[in-house]
Amino acid sequence: MTGARAWERALVVAALALACALPFALSGFRAFQFTQVGIYAIALLGLNILTGYNGQISLGHGAFYAIGAYTTAIMLDKWNVPYGLTIPVAGLVCLVAGFLFGIPALRLEGLYLALATFALALAVPQILKYFEHWTGGSQGIVLSRPEAPAGLTLTPDQWLYFMTLGVLVVLFVLSANLLRGRTGRAIVAIRDNPIAAQAMGVNTALYKSLTFGVSAAYTGVAGALSAVAVAFVAPDTFNVFLSITLLVGIVVGGLASISGAIFGALFIQFVPNWAQDISKAAPWAIYGIFLIVFMYTMPRGIAGSLKLVLNRLARASGGAGGPV
Amino acid sequence: MEIFLQQVVSGLATGGIYGSLALALVMIYQATDVVNYAQGEMAMFSTYLAWTMINAGLPYWAAFVATLAIAFVGGLVIERVVIRPVENAPILTIVIVCIGLLVILNSLAGWIYSYIQKPFPSPFPETPIVIGTVVFGAHDLGAIGVTLVVLVFLYGFFRYTMLGLAMRAAAQNPSSSRLCGIRVGWMLAVGWGLAALVGAVAGMMVAPIVFLDPNTSPGGAVLGGLIVGVVENLVGTYVRFIGTELKLTVALTMILVVLVVKPSGLFGRAVVHRV
Repeated sequence: MTGARAWERALVVAALALACALPFALSGFRAFQFTQVGIYAIALLGLNILTGYNGQISLGHGAFYAIGAYTTAIMLDKWNVPYGLTIPVAGLVCLVAGFLFGIPALRLEGLYLALATFALALAVPQILKYFEHWTGGSQGIVLSRPEAPAGLTLTPDQWLYFMTLGVLVVLFVLSANLLRGRTGRAIVAIRDNPIAAQAMGVNTALYKSLTFGVSAAYTGVAGALSAVAVAFVAPDTFNVFLSITLLVGIVVGGLASISGAIFGALFIQFVPNWAQDISKAAPWAIYGIFLIVFMYTMPRGIAGSLKLVLNRLARASGGAGGPV
Repeated sequence: MEIFLQQVVSGLATGGIYGSLALALVMIYQATDVVNYAQGEMAMFSTYLAWTMINAGLPYWAAFVATLAIAFVGGLVIERVVIRPVENAPILTIVIVCIGLLVILNSLAGWIYSYIQKPFPSPFPETPIVIGTVVFGAHDLGAIGVTLVVLVFLYGFFRYTMLGLAMRAAAQNPSSSRLCGIRVGWMLAVGWGLAALVGAVAGMMVAPIVFLDPNTSPGGAVLGGLIVGVVENLVGTYVRFIGTELKLTVALTMILVVLVVKPSGLFGRAVVHRV
């Protein structure tokens, strides 16, 4: 196991170095695409905390993404708040919204929870259109893209990329710590056996709604970042399909795995584009085939398969192999 | 009062159609614990096949029966080819495979038939039926009738035939059924076929009302069922604040309320788990 951990650590360092070098080697548009990957990764991590670690299925995380994005957009548009400040606020708003939604969700399990969250995802675009005064109705809100702060010689694309990367690293470290400790064990215990967890003294109701809140906060921060990066929000960009895409992302990336969020983000950002390149006529058919083939070959997601490979590598290189 | 009755009947018709799609979902869910997210898309695709046949000059009911047959075989094949390889994978993996199926069917339909809405004929006369002072759409009444026939057929099938019994057994206790010589895998495949068939009926009944285009597969509303259909219509007509814009939100809020008040569904029994 320690061998596997060493490999893992090496991979994380390599990935970080690569991520820092990336925007200097790529065109502005590519850098923007990778910004989007970073944003998706944050949202996926949020959903993965809820669905992968805590076992609560959500088909409605697009709603929290939308709430985060609109919080930022309205603050920028109506009150001229500096954008750096709007992002934590969006996270807080979603934390509260998620916690509150998590309370009725306590009564629901599995499929029923999926249905209730699905309702949330369907309702939010309609509600956004209804409060036209604040949200600009179906037209949405157009924002201006931020420039890099004076003193940094970065293009706006590069600046957005590094800002996203910074937020991503902070949130990933936070979640890794959260999940590794006592709280994380409680969260996983509730997924694996709620009754046993309760018997061991875990306050399941509190932990479940808190997990919902934290998960929504992550996704809300991602939404806020996307509002800043895309500089535009409209109700129809946060449709049900976004929620389903997020779910696809965590399953393809790997449930209950932190690195899975990155793989999932890469998948949902780039595979639709490849599908478009392969067939202009029916790109989503190609995407669907990709999806099914991925699930056949890696039923536990990319991170799951990677873990198998890493364990094998660690054993092959001898050393502290041990049981896996 | 007349408007009220008319709205109730057209609500019952839409609700009945949603209800039969929901029934198709439940059939698969009960047997396999899989929610077939592609159910709506399968129904939509079958309806396109019916449209093709009717446009090629086949009489309506011939096309109807042919579509049902194709839908049944299609559902069977999809289970064998697409779902079976991931049978033992984690449940979310199966969900994603279903979503893959959904986008494939949707995209294929858009590619073959374009995303332009197409009118779909109704087998029932266009002249409305007048009872007293109330005017009912013939298609609404016809759709209710067809839905009822499907329900009776399914009830009879599961209640009185050997195959139906075997399917129920396979759903309830797969390992014991296998020991009795029931081919459980095939029973599941037949279940998918039947579900596709019921979905195709629903698709052909709803298409004259909502027109046919690849994106009208009823999506979330599929899960609503009868009451949602009725209330949605009534609320949309009577409560001006809500109008048609928030119609779907109302339906879904209602689902949410029902789920929170009765977590196992309106008529569901709480399942007791062994610890």
